[in-house]
Amino acid sequence: MEIPGNTELLTAREAGLVTCQRCARVWPLGTEECARCGSTLQSRDLGSLNRVWALWVAGLICYIPANLYPMLVTDTLLESSQSTIVGGAVEIAKHGSYGIAAIILIASVLIPVGKFLAIAYLATSVKRGSNTSAERRTHMYEVVEFIGRWSMIDVFVVAILSALVQLSVVASIHPGPASLTFALSVIFTMLSAQAFDTRLFWDRQEREGITLG
Amino acid sequence: MCYRARPWFVLPVYRVCCRVTDLDHTPLPYGASDLSELMACPHCDALYRARTPGWNERAVCARCHLVLIAPKRKAGIKIIALTLAMLVLLVAATFFPFLDISVQGFGNKASILDSATAFQSGPMALLSVAVAAMILVIPLLRMMLVLYVLMPIVRDETPFPHARRAFRLSQKLKPWAMAEIFAIGCAVALVKVADLATIGFGPAFWMFSALVVIVIFNDRYLCTWSVWKSLETQNS
Repeated sequence: MEIPGNTELLTAREAGLVTCQRCARVWPLGTEECARCGSTLQSRDLGSLNRVWALWVAGLICYIPANLYPMLVTDTLLESSQSTIVGGAVEIAKHGSYGIAAIILIASVLIPVGKFLAIAYLATSVKRGSNTSAERRTHMYEVVEFIGRWSMIDVFVVAILSALVQLSVVASIHPGPASLTFALSVIFTMLSAQAFDTRLFWDRQEREGITLG
Repeated sequence: MCYRARPWFVLPVYRVCCRVTDLDHTPLPYGASDLSELMACPHCDALYRARTPGWNERAVCARCHLVLIAPKRKAGIKIIALTLAMLVLLVAATFFPFLDISVQGFGNKASILDSATAFQSGPMALLSVAVAAMILVIPLLRMMLVLYVLMPIVRDETPFPHARRAFRLSQKLKPWAMAEIFAIGCAVALVKVADLATIGFGPAFWMFSALVVIVIFNDRYLCTWSVWKSLETQNS
C-alpha cells in the first residue's frame, strides 16, 4: 500500500519524535525507553559506526585463519588428509563435480568477502557520502543482513560430517581449527551488520539535497 | 477505537496511508495518546499515521520499501497451531536417529544432538555450545516465548506477566535461530558423502524437513507491529 505523490516526507526526528527501532512506536525526543516494548530509544545511534567497524575488524581477523587452517580432517585406512575451504573445493572440482565446487566457493568465499566489502562500503558512505541513493544502500544492507546467517551452513556441514562419518578404520572425519574461526567470523559479521543504524544513510542524503528517484 | 471487544487477529489493523507533513518541530502538536496513532519506519525514520489495512494487504514504507504492517487473517491461532507442531517435531527430531551411513560393513548413526556436539577437543567445545544453541536451544526458546505471548492475546485476555519482555527477546533472537540453515547444511553434507557411502534417512530427518517448511510459513504469518499493538492496548 504505497502512497504515490509528493515526496515531502517528514522524518520522526524532524517532527521532534524518536522512533523505537524494535516496534516502530514514536515518542517525544529525549524519551529514553520505549514504554510499549521496553527497548532503549535513540534518535540516531551515532556510536553505531564505531561498533560496526570494531566487529568488522574482529570478523576479518577471524576470517584469515579460517582460510589458512584445515576445515576438515579426513582419516582413512591409508592416509590422513586435511582440507581448507578453497582446497576442498578445488579437490571436488578435480573429481569433476564442478557444480558442488561452485556452491562451496560461493557460500564460503564469495559471500563472506562480499559481506566484508559491503559493510565497509556502507559504513564509509555514511561518513563521506555516496552517489548511490539511500534507498539502494538500505536495500544493500537488507541483503547483507539476510545473507549473513546463511554462511553458518559451512560450520553445520562440518558438524554433520564429523558426527556421521565415524567408521573406525575405514574413514573418519574430524573438524579442523578453521571451523571455529570461520564460525566466529560469521558471528562477528552478523553482529557488525546488526549494529548498523540505517537511518544515517537518509540523513546524509537529506543534507546533501539529493532528490529521490 | 476499541481493541478489547475483539481479539486482535480479527481486528482491522492500521495501514500506513497518510504522511504527516503538517507537524511543527516544537511544540509537539500531539499529546501522548495521539502519538500511539503515529508510527515511523525503523529503517529510514519516515513518519506515518497508521491506518487500518485490509487482510493480506501490506503497508510498505514509501521511502525505503520496508514492509511495516502485514496483517493476516486469523494469524494468531495459525501461529499457535504451527508453533505447537514445530515444538513437537523439534523435540522428537532431537532424539530420534537422524542419518545413518554404511561403507563396506562399517556403519554409523548420528542424531542431531550428535551433530551439535561434534566439536569436542579443547576450545572447539565452544563451537559445540554455539551450534547446539543455534539449531536447538534458541529455536525451542523462541517457540515457547511466542506461545507465551500469543496464547492470551488470541483469547482476548490480559497478556501474561512480562509478555512484552518475552516478545522483545524472541524478536532479538530471531536471526540466531538457524534450524532451517542446518537443514540445508544436511543436504550439502549428503551430497559430499553420497559418492563414498550409502546413506540412510532416519525418522528425525523427515521431521526436520517438515519443520523447515513450517518455519517458513510461520514467519509469514507473524506481523510484529500487530502484536505490539495488541500488547499495548490489552495491557494498559
